[in-house]
Amino acid sequence: MKVLVAVKRVVDYNVKVRVKSDQTGVDLSNVKMSMNPFDEIAVEEALRMKEAGTVDEIIAVSIGVQQCQETIRTALAMGADRGILVKTDEVIEPLHVAKVLKAVVDEEQPGLVILGKQAIDDDCNQTGQMLAALLGWPQGTFASKIEFADGTANVTREVDGGLQTLTLKLPMIVTTDLRLNEPRYASLPNIMKAKKKPIDEKTPEDLGVDMAPRLTTLTVAEPPKRVAGVIVADAAELVQKLRNEAGVI
Amino acid sequence: MSVLVIAEHDNAELKPSTLAAVTAATALGGDVDVLVAGSGCAAVGEAAAKVTGVAKVMVADAPEYTHMLAEPMADLVVPLARNYAAVLAVANTVGKNFMPRVAALLDVSQISEISAVVSPDTFIRPIYAGNAMATVQSSDAIKVITVRATGFEKAAAEGGSAAVESIPAAGDQGLSSFVSDELSKSERPELTAAKIIISGGRGMQSGDNFPIIEAVADLLGAAVGASRAAVDAGFVPNDYQVGQTGKVVAPELYIAVGISGAIQHLAGMKDSKVIVAINKDEEAPIFQIADYGLVADLFKAVPELEEELKKLPPA
Repeated sequence: MKVLVAVKRVVDYNVKVRVKSDQTGVDLSNVKMSMNPFDEIAVEEALRMKEAGTVDEIIAVSIGVQQCQETIRTALAMGADRGILVKTDEVIEPLHVAKVLKAVVDEEQPGLVILGKQAIDDDCNQTGQMLAALLGWPQGTFASKIEFADGTANVTREVDGGLQTLTLKLPMIVTTDLRLNEPRYASLPNIMKAKKKPIDEKTPEDLGVDMAPRLTTLTVAEPPKRVAGVIVADAAELVQKLRNEAGVI
Repeated sequence: MSVLVIAEHDNAELKPSTLAAVTAATALGGDVDVLVAGSGCAAVGEAAAKVTGVAKVMVADAPEYTHMLAEPMADLVVPLARNYAAVLAVANTVGKNFMPRVAALLDVSQISEISAVVSPDTFIRPIYAGNAMATVQSSDAIKVITVRATGFEKAAAEGGSAAVESIPAAGDQGLSSFVSDELSKSERPELTAAKIIISGGRGMQSGDNFPIIEAVADLLGAAVGASRAAVDAGFVPNDYQVGQTGKVVAPELYIAVGISGAIQHLAGMKDSKVIVAINKDEEAPIFQIADYGLVADLFKAVPELEEELKKLPPA
């Protein structure tokens, strides 16, 4: 089985983002960019499937500016076989990404697409579900475990009250949650080897996808700040204040 | 044009988060209709009809909606959505699962986890784990929206008298089927519905120490939560997790015990009305957002808190 993994270039999760003073967005100049952490989990899961013999080829796809190639290289260094960069300088929404990925799926015919459940920049949590809809495939979102059977897979999902297990027909979409696995680090020899792996470049036009925006971001503002309160001396004072001052107990 | 709210429920009860979604829908203008999709869910339909501000309730009662799986839900909602200016669902793991599927089939861009309605086409939503708030305008004919329930007051559960109509199911293509649930059993309230939450972090050192905060939770009728650090360390299951990658909560009182206050945790609880932090490290970032801070060893302070609460006369 061939598997497609979608990888997004985002602000590194350790960076404290700053809103620009003109409220047009967050400041991305000189900020470290990395692969979206949920997408690293997606790549890792594909690698484990390949190591287990259920998958024979892993294709990493990224959509965006030229530098997204670095994100694909990271996936290749982890062990993916080849990459596809769909290049665009436009602001892209999950619906557009899903349409581009559908076009890639139509060309590549994978049996499975794995995506992160959400990107840590826009926090949309949409792309996998949208891709599943456009393909008419079932979706196993927020997955913490995947087990293959004959023509189907059992996907265990992280839901609000605990865990839920579904049986899905292949081909299917999986989106990853945190506990699916712990991604490996790429070793130096593998980083070197990844430089020779092929990355195919395309554009949304090549794939016939209309990228016209549906949403306009009017402003990006700082969230309302909380101010620090008081330090209490002990538990007795805390209970007294919660009862008589805050009135919450 | 009217607005459709898709109810969150467990086939027996309408969840309070739906009331917050009704408030968000009311802010969009026009009549608010509610869809209850479930199995044996007539009582939920009746409860939805009583909610103030609801004009009509549609009940789709069929086995394929028992667990509100994304594939049959999308097939049900998409044709209905074409009659509405907007479709809203609560941004929990059910709504987050099926709503983008609905949006893609309608060829619209979803607006995820809105925390405020500016106008019928403009919304505020958190990005970067709540470190920035984006105001977003949609040009799509149908707005597909998930609602962060903590951002909206709950509509009154009583006072309405909407008509309830039964609608036909849309069938099941058989792409997905339910196998099992492993739900955490607890006598305590659910995190997202609790008025008081007490959460433990890495400072708890072990899952074996959680009973000290559970004792306080039981005195207060509180839910028990945890930081991602505590979940990653294996102290408690993942469904305890409060934060960007867990649940977003906004109770009346949030007590953070042995939690340093990583950005990812703050994103999940900073809208709480009153925040208490108990931590031995006075430099911990949690104190910068806490209304009341107690700098102390939690293994001493939490049992003391329990004793003080026992002494407290009833309110």
